[in-house]
Amino acid sequence: MNEIIADVLVIGGGMAAGWAAISAAKTGARVVIADKGFMGTSGVTAPAGPNHWWVPPEPGLRKAAVERRLESTFGLADPVWMERIIDITWQSIPEIAPWYPFSGDGKNGTFRSGLRGPEYLRALRQYATKLGVIILDQHPVLELLARQDGSIGGAAGYDRLNDRPWNARTGAVILATGGCAFRSGLLGSYNNTGDGYLMGVEAGAELSGMEFCVSYSISPAWLSTRTLPYTGARYFNAEGQLLSIPGWDKPREYLCKLADAFRTGPVYADLHEAPVGLPAVIREIQPATVAAFERRGLDMFQDRFEVKLFGEGTIRGIGGLRIIDDVCATAVPGLFAAGDAATREHIAGATSGGGAQNAAWALSSGVLSGTGAAREAKKRRKALNQSEKLNPLGGPGLRPSDTIKTVDNKAAIQTAQNEILDLDKALWRNETKLSSSASLLDAAWSEIRNNLQGRNLDAVSARETAAMVATARWCNASALVRKESRGMHVREDYSQQSPEYQSHIITGGLDKITSYLEKPRVAEVVS
Amino acid sequence: MITEILSERCNNCNTCVAVCPDHVLDLAKNDQPPAIARPDQCQTCFLCELYCPEDAIYVAVVVPRSELQNDPMGNIRRDYGWDGHKEEPLKNFWQLGGLLREGVMISSARYALQQSDDKKPEKKI
Ligand SMILES: Cc1cc2nc3c(=O)[nH]c(=O)nc-3n(C[C@H](O)[C@H](O)[C@H](O)COP(=O)(O)OP(=O)(O)OC[C@H]3O[C@@H](n4cnc5c(N)ncnc54)[C@H](O)[C@@H]3O)c2cc1C
Ligand code: SF4
Ligand code: SF4
Repeated sequence: MNEIIADVLVIGGGMAAGWAAISAAKTGARVVIADKGFMGTSGVTAPAGPNHWWVPPEPGLRKAAVERRLESTFGLADPVWMERIIDITWQSIPEIAPWYPFSGDGKNGTFRSGLRGPEYLRALRQYATKLGVIILDQHPVLELLARQDGSIGGAAGYDRLNDRPWNARTGAVILATGGCAFRSGLLGSYNNTGDGYLMGVEAGAELSGMEFCVSYSISPAWLSTRTLPYTGARYFNAEGQLLSIPGWDKPREYLCKLADAFRTGPVYADLHEAPVGLPAVIREIQPATVAAFERRGLDMFQDRFEVKLFGEGTIRGIGGLRIIDDVCATAVPGLFAAGDAATREHIAGATSGGGAQNAAWALSSGVLSGTGAAREAKKRRKALNQSEKLNPLGGPGLRPSDTIKTVDNKAAIQTAQNEILDLDKALWRNETKLSSSASLLDAAWSEIRNNLQGRNLDAVSARETAAMVATARWCNASALVRKESRGMHVREDYSQQSPEYQSHIITGGLDKITSYLEKPRVAEVVS
Repeated sequence: MITEILSERCNNCNTCVAVCPDHVLDLAKNDQPPAIARPDQCQTCFLCELYCPEDAIYVAVVVPRSELQNDPMGNIRRDYGWDGHKEEPLKNFWQLGGLLREGVMISSARYALQQSDDKKPEKKI
């Protein structure tokens, strides 16, 4: 077997992973990135192009930006964290200038807040490589490895182009595996199956805010694209009647009205009233969006087209691994989390906001986890070569607890999708629906747990299936615990926000899901 | 979904196999181009096309290429402006945020108008 030795292993190949590797490498640590796909094309940023939270370093401006955003966090965010990520984002983006083709901002300056995906990820790759980071593409990680004291000392995975297993022995590990959209078809999310949540919980880490996974984006029914062109769209029913759909400034009302429309039949859109400046630049800003229409034989600004809401799960939802300090450490020694793999509640609270914060979080939590992991790894450096025995922590999909049997992966994934992404279940939650989802998800889980084993390359999809069902169970369990409505989590049976629940819902555990409430640090600051 | 790798254009460099995030392709063998081994995993991101130096790949969107009036083969790389296709590929990228907000304003103004129209009694018939 191919064993890799390094100080820091970064799992993932998106924005968070890139920034984590760069920041760890800057401290002199030996850093390895292992990505399921290719660092440059994988993750949800690569085919898109995020705008970052971008506020110049003037105290008045920054304070105002934080206060404005704080209003929509429903008491679960921390202004100190918010200011921190604004600053790190501002400092970091200019660093990629040697590799990114920055252009003007229309006002004689340089436009830095928004970056096009393929060029952004390519730049992060080149920057990381320049700093000596070793990048292992097509090396999905299957499980974490623990030292005898329970701390994390490496990971094991599969090299899918060379068809062979590999493992790494490292001083610290960063999970930057992204969020989970349950294979909804959301742009760029095929690899985002919640693997990091599963691996983290197997190691003893906890999750936070998993109930905040109610997020959708509109696209042509046949392909998820970026959503820029549709902000001004008109919507129609099958009879061609114009529907009354609120604008994106009212995200919940917008989603609810669309959900109502989908209940009665297909929904169509046209872009006749799109901003007049859009057609001239859309091909440059988002070439792939144009291709979605052009290659379908449609004129995107003339033809009416069927639309669909694609579930975003915890990608533009909020939940993820609980972090316990300001370098993004999980509660498990040696294990860190960044980007969508970590909870974003610290800066987003209970709503996703209008984007920009998400990318700033992925970048900054990456930078912070990189420094934290490098520091941790330094302490372990001497012990690294002593070939202490490492325990593999992976359970479901790798080491079934009962006899191995064929498990219908597709059906299991379908169950996760149905129970978490279905609009009626997600937008109008209640005890009855959530309990029924819990039993269906538990049944799917037992089968995976008892019988599923993927070997060689099949281990990758077996773990993905297990991770999606596990993630669905944590989301559903958290939604059951939060007996109130707050932000994107809305319960029909508890329609009010309750001060009792101005807390994070922390979940963990595999077969038996445990949960408790944790008061946010911000509670005193805002109230 | 990726549907074509043209053997007459492909130089068997395997770049597409390495860059596909979803492991759709198998390595080129015996002078044959990479094989589209797992098309069901394709997320139609067009990024293999973007990275292919020979414009040998076509990622279709439901309709086969042969049925389109203008052949879009190679458009992805040209539109992204890679490999010297454009001098300043991101010249207008700064317009993104403004256009997005403008669209939101358009739809929210339309909705407000629809709401006030709905309140007019004659509309109810
Ligand atoms: C369409 C779309 C548009 C968006 N636009 C904006 C925007 O304008 N502004 C904004 O702020 N935010 C935006 N976001 C959100 C933002 O893109 C994400 O928050 C950000 O990309 C998260 O980065 P990440 O690195 O955590 O995850 P990702 O970029 O998703 O990366 C996850 C990585 O983990 C890898 N991985 C997964 N499992 C494994 C495994 N088992 N082993 C190894 N690797 C693994 C994947 O291959 C991938 O490389 C958008 C999201 C979407 C979907
Ligand atoms: S990248 Fe293009 S030229 Fe290279 S192997 Fe793939 S199809 Fe052939
Ligand atoms: S379109 Fe994307 S997912 Fe499909 S083969 Fe090409 S790179 Fe892979």
